[in-house]
Amino acid sequence: MVRATRLVAPARELIVLRVDIAKQLGEFSLSASFESEGRVTGLFGASGAGKTSLINVIAGLLTPDRGSIAVDGETLDDTAAGVHVPPHRRRIGYVFQDARLFPHLDVRQNLDYGRRMNRIADDPAQRRRVTDLLDIGHLMDRRPGKLSGGEHQRVALGRALLSKPRLLLLDEPLGSLDEGRKIEILPYLVRLRDEAGVPMVYVSHDAAELRQVATQIVMLQRGRVTSFGAVKVLAAPGPL
Amino acid sequence: MFEISPTEWTAILLSLRVAVIATLVATPFGIGLAWLLARRQFWGKSVLDAAVHLPLVLPPVVTGYLLLLTFGKRGLVGQWLADHLGIVFAFRWTGAALACGVMAFPLLVRPIRLSIEAVDRRLEQAAETLGAAPWQVFATVTLPLALPGILAGMVLGFAKAIGEFGATITFVSNIPGETQTISSAIYSLIQTPDGDAAALRLVIVSMVIAMGALMASEWFARRALLRLHGN
Repeated sequence: MVRATRLVAPARELIVLRVDIAKQLGEFSLSASFESEGRVTGLFGASGAGKTSLINVIAGLLTPDRGSIAVDGETLDDTAAGVHVPPHRRRIGYVFQDARLFPHLDVRQNLDYGRRMNRIADDPAQRRRVTDLLDIGHLMDRRPGKLSGGEHQRVALGRALLSKPRLLLLDEPLGSLDEGRKIEILPYLVRLRDEAGVPMVYVSHDAAELRQVATQIVMLQRGRVTSFGAVKVLAAPGPL
Repeated sequence: MFEISPTEWTAILLSLRVAVIATLVATPFGIGLAWLLARRQFWGKSVLDAAVHLPLVLPPVVTGYLLLLTFGKRGLVGQWLADHLGIVFAFRWTGAALACGVMAFPLLVRPIRLSIEAVDRRLEQAAETLGAAPWQVFATVTLPLALPGILAGMVLGFAKAIGEFGATITFVSNIPGETQTISSAIYSLIQTPDGDAAALRLVIVSMVIAMGALMASEWFARRALLRLHGN
């Protein structure tokens, strides 16, 4: 595999994510247990399977009713010990399906937000690499209201990367885009996987998409992990 | 006929000072309370919500009398403040500002609360995942996005404060140069035989100020919409 310059913490590439949690959300009960150390863990399941709830728990936006979460040996949640690290101290980046760029800030300020909040020293070279990787250099002075859907998602990716996370969660990053846009963004995600060196959890209900991006798969069905393993657990519905 | 006399000027300037101070002091409390009501669930929230709106529905003379009982020279709080901090409200312009601030408070809080409720919580979550502590989320996301609503609330509160009459005259009376605002000056002038012309002048002045405040409020409300839609 050809690998260009690594962007973030190469030594942490093979991060271990341990999840063993239960969470009741109204009528829906989520109960998931898996351990992954792939570069890109694909979280696969139909809509309503609990994928988003699960990564919200990993991000710390939801607190589990029971169980624990650990990243790289650091406990982020442990209900038995009363541990719940709040989202802002987890160093877990999150790319939402709906991008969620700050409408009152331009692209430059959006990209800089995580660095400012974490009081990380300015790193122009890093910013340059990320903006080049995602081709967003020409959008710097625009407000999110003036971006296309695909540009939104690329800026959101850049914003999450520049906060220097140790783990990046992507919730259907292509979900809100039409087919043409998906094909536009997918190569960036593959580049991200191969060049950025940040382990990812990639949520999708699209098996074809995960086959391109993921290195291992966690399959979720009605709130339960039904299988876990290499990408081949995604039964191919047809020729690839 | 449109020559504003020195006593009228005194009343106009005092009104402006009272309303500006009342608005500026009430705003931080208003923002804090609006945030609590918009974003937090806690025991007694509906009671607090009702209490905030109380000055809006109580007869102003009742509010003024309650202020007199509480912050007057012999009042529970008033006496303590006078003895320990040297702050006196009774029959001072500061008392007028307090009365105006209390009366304006519900009008100040409401637009701020609505604009905080309108801030997309998903944006606040995004800020959290980027490493922003709760106070940073508030300062960098919630507050700037709610800013037009905050300004609108301040303008409305200011307009209410500058027109306040009942609570002010009950609490701090009607002393020219100290507590006589435009409203109480007009009230006095109407009761004086030759006061009509002067009263009319002050009426026009207060209408101009009120119109200006309402138009400013409308303008801020429109800005708020633009801002939330990403401009």
